[in-house]
Amino acid sequence: MTAVLPPSPEPDEASGSGLAQPPVLAERGSDGDRSRTGGLFRRGGRGGRGDRAKDDAGASVWRLAFRRLRRNPVAIIGAVIVAIFLVVAIAAPWLAPYAGDATPGRDLIRPTAIPGPSAEFPLGLDRFGGDVLSKLIWGARASLIIGVASTLIGLVGGLLLGLLAGSFGGWVDSGVMRLVDLMLAVPSLLLAVSIAAVAGQRPFAVILAIGVVQIPIFARLLRGSMLAQKGQDYVLAARSLGLSRGTVTMSHVLPNSLGPVIVQATLVLATAVIEAAALSFLGLGGGRPTTAEWGRMLTQAQNELAIAPQLAIYPGLCISITALGFTLLGESMREALDPRSRKG
Amino acid sequence: MAGTTDTTETPSTTAGVTGTASGEVLLRVRDLEVTFTTEQGPVVAARNVSFDVLAGQTVAIVGESGSGKTTVATAVLGLLPGNGRVTAGSVEISGRDVVGLSRAELQRMRGRVLGLVPQDPMTNLNPVATVGSQVVETLEGTGVARGRGAKERARDLLVEVGLSDAESRMGSYPHEFSGGMRQRALIAMGLAGSPALLVADEPTSALDVTVQRVILDKLADLTTSRGTSVLLITHDLGLAAERASHLLVMYRGELVEHGSAREILRDPQHEYTKRLLAAAPSLASRRIQIARSTGQLDAVADDLLAPTEVTEVGEVGEAVGTEAAPVIRASHLRKVFPGARRGLRRRPDVVAVDDVSFDLPRGQTLGIVGESGSGKSTVARMVLDLLPPTSGSVELDGLTVGARSQAEEVAFRRRVQPIFQDPYSSLDPLFTIARTIEEPLRAHGVGSVTQRRARVRELLEQVALPEDVLRRYPSELSGGQRQRVAIARALALNPDVVVCDEAVSALDVVVQAQILHLLAELQSQLDLSYLFISHDLAVVRQIADQVVVMEKGAVVEQGRTDDVFDAPQQPYTQALLAAIPGANLDLAIS
Repeated sequence: MTAVLPPSPEPDEASGSGLAQPPVLAERGSDGDRSRTGGLFRRGGRGGRGDRAKDDAGASVWRLAFRRLRRNPVAIIGAVIVAIFLVVAIAAPWLAPYAGDATPGRDLIRPTAIPGPSAEFPLGLDRFGGDVLSKLIWGARASLIIGVASTLIGLVGGLLLGLLAGSFGGWVDSGVMRLVDLMLAVPSLLLAVSIAAVAGQRPFAVILAIGVVQIPIFARLLRGSMLAQKGQDYVLAARSLGLSRGTVTMSHVLPNSLGPVIVQATLVLATAVIEAAALSFLGLGGGRPTTAEWGRMLTQAQNELAIAPQLAIYPGLCISITALGFTLLGESMREALDPRSRKG
Repeated sequence: MAGTTDTTETPSTTAGVTGTASGEVLLRVRDLEVTFTTEQGPVVAARNVSFDVLAGQTVAIVGESGSGKTTVATAVLGLLPGNGRVTAGSVEISGRDVVGLSRAELQRMRGRVLGLVPQDPMTNLNPVATVGSQVVETLEGTGVARGRGAKERARDLLVEVGLSDAESRMGSYPHEFSGGMRQRALIAMGLAGSPALLVADEPTSALDVTVQRVILDKLADLTTSRGTSVLLITHDLGLAAERASHLLVMYRGELVEHGSAREILRDPQHEYTKRLLAAAPSLASRRIQIARSTGQLDAVADDLLAPTEVTEVGEVGEAVGTEAAPVIRASHLRKVFPGARRGLRRRPDVVAVDDVSFDLPRGQTLGIVGESGSGKSTVARMVLDLLPPTSGSVELDGLTVGARSQAEEVAFRRRVQPIFQDPYSSLDPLFTIARTIEEPLRAHGVGSVTQRRARVRELLEQVALPEDVLRRYPSELSGGQRQRVAIARALALNPDVVVCDEAVSALDVVVQAQILHLLAELQSQLDLSYLFISHDLAVVRQIADQVVVMEKGAVVEQGRTDDVFDAPQQPYTQALLAAIPGANLDLAIS
């Protein structure tokens, strides 16, 4: 371990040893008369006044991670993509020239030809005469809603199960984890299809389907993370203070276990966008044929692939780039929270 | 001054000729500078390092973590990590500059000219290959032998490093080996190519003291008989002085002092070396030993932290001690961990602690020493009531610990507090220091917000930390500072008993000495009783009044520290004591 680490950049024992500033060394006596010297408290007093300035440098684990994130170009690229996606999705009503399911170019469509880009429709029209640009913009909104809602379902469900398993242990743990194993045993897309089949072809079914599939992943992650934290000495120290098990779990174990869960949530957003597209590609999303959704746009583009390949390319690109953005952001968050995981 | 005058060594820029050294310079390092590229920009980890290692000589680099000692060693080996570079100076091995050699050229030198015995035997063997095949691989890689010949040579090597039953051990996997056996295998691999220079980076730091001694003896035997030079990297000055003829002391990336081991021990020049000399527990323990045999106890007052009064007062204290009820009394403690299930079979139960009894007199320190697996930490957890004993009991002022009402539990927690080993994991990384120290007060509803704040400041003063750490997070503090915070937290509720579970083991010696002094000072101020768990006998020698020696869950020997250390009765205790490095060093006490 020490073989690869450069000297620690941390402040070095500045308080006690006096070794931080070699010149001080000589004026200090032996260790025995060290701790009550005036120098120490002079320094302490100065620190008291100066600590507001220093405070900006002071940082929790989260702030340190954020600082690392800011310096990582990959994270910046991911964040920019995600930001653009968010802005487009939220501002869709103002950005899009037409409503998502409007078909303003209805009259221009011929069976053998679908008009390409023009001044009025910058990205051209689709089979029904809808404006492709508008549909892509509204599609971003649909993806965001599905992505966030399904991730939330997965997150909340997974956190509850993981918390249950991680904090109680014993047979509760075994029971919860077997349930989770059971959920993991079913292929995710198949589970999603069956949920959609039972719940009907509605957007809600897609959200539920994608979210439920994520529950076991979050549950396992949180449990594993909590078990690792529970072994740490600060948890033992908290227990020896006489804090109840619940307090120790909620104020120490859980907050320290959330890092990987948050990273996973970002990565799941990427998966959710792709899976939402896949499910609506399979026709499980419900709604009308003209509803603006990237997956549905892909499905429809299949029929026109020969005469209008751009109809498949645009939504395909949107899905890939959005998923890429979330993945880059998630991966760099993972790195920032745990610098050791970095390769090379 | 008990120094001898037969030395002919003169302080010079090169190492003196000692032992089997032929006088030929094998390794010549000049003005070496190593820079790491980090998130915070370039960091110079070593600068202006110049030294020589002669053929057949053992040279030790001593320093604390972050001093650059390992950096220098890896630079010599050409094994600097990807973000590290030699930015100035030269490293010559047998007259050839290895800085800037291509990977392939370095590859050819490794094993045959340069060997390495790495630090951690647990992670440096490939877990999915047999030990034999790894030694064979090294032999074939260095071109020493091939095929059947390599196999025979590997067996011979394993016999040489002292692996009993080498024949059958060849086919074993690393996890079937103990730490000491793994380190032997690693030494075999390091020596496989008969290198001219063996770099041993803290080769025994991860091992128990008794094993440590045997391994180092073996290493010395092998390298002496082969005329191999050794560059020994260690944080323990006592160990370095015992094993090497020449010492290089590094501090903050610079070589602050070098010279013959004897000279440095007798007359250290640099302030840091003096500090190191004063702080190293092995040396302090040796000084106490010398002082006791010569009756100069006053001279080692700074080393002897336990406020044991000498003879006449001691007699009185003892008499009183037997009368007064101890603050903690452990009687016939036994802890059995049920065997883990493996498929349908159950492994046999593990008896971690077996019939351990001791008294901790009020205001004193009881040391519990033992090697890993001796059950000492399990005893600590039982005393802290974090683990219920299988049988036997712990009494706090005559009241049995455990199985009480909520109110009693709260009262107990206020009186018995822990300090753990690892200052990096014993503080919640998401809590500011202020919140960490305040937590016990808040948990027990002590005082108002302002009163608590005042108390936190008072505690901070007691552990000698500046006030500006209050708003900081543990990740911004050094190991020693963190341990001070942990002490402040433990003291917040004015406990009677503090259980220190390897509380200083993870710290550098200088910091370790400071924390030990702090603990001793707090003890006399606040009338604390310590249960001090440690694997390091030298540290226990310094701080404990009473000592309990444990082996494999059972008490081997117990008594007053002076008695146990002066006249150990049991062979195990004798072996432990003999394993403290530096037992034969001639040290000045003054």
